[in-house]
Amino acid sequence: MIVKTETLSIQGVEVPVTRQGSGKPLFLLHGGGGPVSALPFAAKLAEQFEIIEPTHPGFNGTAVPDHFDGMPDLVFSYLDIIDALKLEDAVILGISMGGWLAAELCVLPQMPFSKLIMVDAVGVRTGPPTKRNIADIFALPGPELAKAMWHDPTRAPNPMDMTDEQATIAAGNRIALALYGWEPFLHNPKLPNRLHRIRIPTRFIWGESDGLVTIEYGKTYADMIDGADFVTIPEAGHSPQAEQPELFVKHVVDFAG
Amino acid sequence: MRVYWFTEDAYPDLPDQETYDSIRVDLANSNFDPERGYELYNWYLDLWCKAEEMGFDIMNNEHHQTATCMVPAAPLMLSILARETSTARLCILGNPVGNRRNPIRVAEEMAMIDVISKGRLDCGFVRGVPFEAAPANRSPIRGSQRVWEAHDLILKCWTTHDGPFNFEGRWFQGRQINIWPRPYQQPHPPVWITTGGRTSTPPVVKNKYVGAVFLAGYPRIRSIFDGYREDWAEMHGGMAPLDRLAYLALIYVADDEQKAREGADKLMWYMHANKVAPQWANPPGYHPPQLAGAVMKGAGGPGIPLSTTLDEQIARGNFFVGTPDQVYEQLKAFWEYSGGFGNLLMMGQAGFLTEAETLRSMELFSKEVKPRLEALENSWDTEELWEFSKAQPVKDNVPMDGFGMEFVR
Repeated sequence: MIVKTETLSIQGVEVPVTRQGSGKPLFLLHGGGGPVSALPFAAKLAEQFEIIEPTHPGFNGTAVPDHFDGMPDLVFSYLDIIDALKLEDAVILGISMGGWLAAELCVLPQMPFSKLIMVDAVGVRTGPPTKRNIADIFALPGPELAKAMWHDPTRAPNPMDMTDEQATIAAGNRIALALYGWEPFLHNPKLPNRLHRIRIPTRFIWGESDGLVTIEYGKTYADMIDGADFVTIPEAGHSPQAEQPELFVKHVVDFAG
Repeated sequence: MRVYWFTEDAYPDLPDQETYDSIRVDLANSNFDPERGYELYNWYLDLWCKAEEMGFDIMNNEHHQTATCMVPAAPLMLSILARETSTARLCILGNPVGNRRNPIRVAEEMAMIDVISKGRLDCGFVRGVPFEAAPANRSPIRGSQRVWEAHDLILKCWTTHDGPFNFEGRWFQGRQINIWPRPYQQPHPPVWITTGGRTSTPPVVKNKYVGAVFLAGYPRIRSIFDGYREDWAEMHGGMAPLDRLAYLALIYVADDEQKAREGADKLMWYMHANKVAPQWANPPGYHPPQLAGAVMKGAGGPGIPLSTTLDEQIARGNFFVGTPDQVYEQLKAFWEYSGGFGNLLMMGQAGFLTEAETLRSMELFSKEVKPRLEALENSWDTEELWEFSKAQPVKDNVPMDGFGMEFVR
């Protein structure tokens, strides 16, 4: 599959965008681990969709813009990105933090999206203050983080196996994730009161072994969006697109293909 | 030469280190016995009062959620000492203003201590070590910028005397700011800032603040102090006065070498007890990506080397240990190598060092070492001292381990 990269200049911020495949546009918003277009699931989806994936500023070695403080800055940056890409009738698919971003965008008017897919998404919190909705990824020891993130923890990237350049990029991704989600932690307290504005068909896809945001959390989140359905993927953790690409692709295609 | 006496107020009565992952952040406070805490707080306050009687000045600090330091609110300890003492300088090093939510409150607290103590406050501001991010729930991203914005607001609080002013910064806002009391010292108490490297020094020098360096030792002291002096020459012309520089080390003096080593071994608790789980040592944004990536790959460890020996610590210039003669000679060598500094921060108690052991070391230092250091300082012209320092070969044969990561600013 040919992956093309272009760089948008959005209010002085350089935003790399990759495209692959042809068909209905699928606007892919990555999570805290950085861009995912190079994974096998994306190539498979590109047989039916044109996959368009921007890199959120700060990820994958790009600079964090000086004026960025949090998710609202990313959302408004994406309004410009969406304009620049001239998207129409696109499927928007957000993974983890990208799901949070997708929800923030879909509550706004005049968005060019006809369907929304939320994959192991963060973005809301429920219950009393003492309830930990989202695992504190910045506080978990490496092995526990691997267990929370993956059905098969041996898939977790090991920093010791990384080149210096890869470790720098991974550390930069972690900083960018913290920039967007340190406090309130990976959610917007206002979002639940806005989700009624999402009126496009919505599907939640969730890894059954996700220990970062559990199935219970995902179902509660899905209940906040009218008519959203909820499908699960066995033997997958927080990244079902990586651990079970075939079933993941099937759930996307069944819903949006 | 001013010598500030310091203890970090540890709570040393802990279970076997093998039974917990980290002395910081997540060690359950069931390990803290309030009865023992009562004894320790009062003992530490007594030690500081004794320090004043012996001619020392006083330094204190704060950390959170850790048995290494029982003081989560340094201004509380310092306000007690403001009342209990009458002559010593009171140096708080420092207020973690990148993590504290309200700098105006810091300005008020510091002004109160300055007035109660009749103008004896030396007010330090620090970014705080990486382990403080989780307790503060404060993102380390742009922490240094936040420190300086808090600094600007606090200085404005201290120096505005004609009613309310407006401050709407990136992180801190107030529209009717008008603190009562104002500080005793005019235009404001002396400001100290910790520095750990060349990039953090220029704003300290620009304001002519005291640059304080913790445990950089032979491997790093000269690059930091030289940086300060070079920036000073460039910004203000001439030599930076020695009283603009401070160095913190662990010091133990005894009547004979054997006793000195026994006491210093007890001080080594500060190094050995500092078991920190990796997830607390590298919060996102504390270090730039390249350094953070290196830490992820195992560089640097938790900051303070756990495994080094006393001899290595002495060789580094982090510990000064021995009889008064030996400690003076060690300090003289380091002081001359560094190009000199006018403030020595003496960490003289840690862990299980007893009252008698602590007091004997303080007494010997004050009577037999401090006067000689003062004479040493007076014997040098600062410019000649700097030339003398620069002419000495770089002492880079000291094991580093990646030590010093903790103090990167």
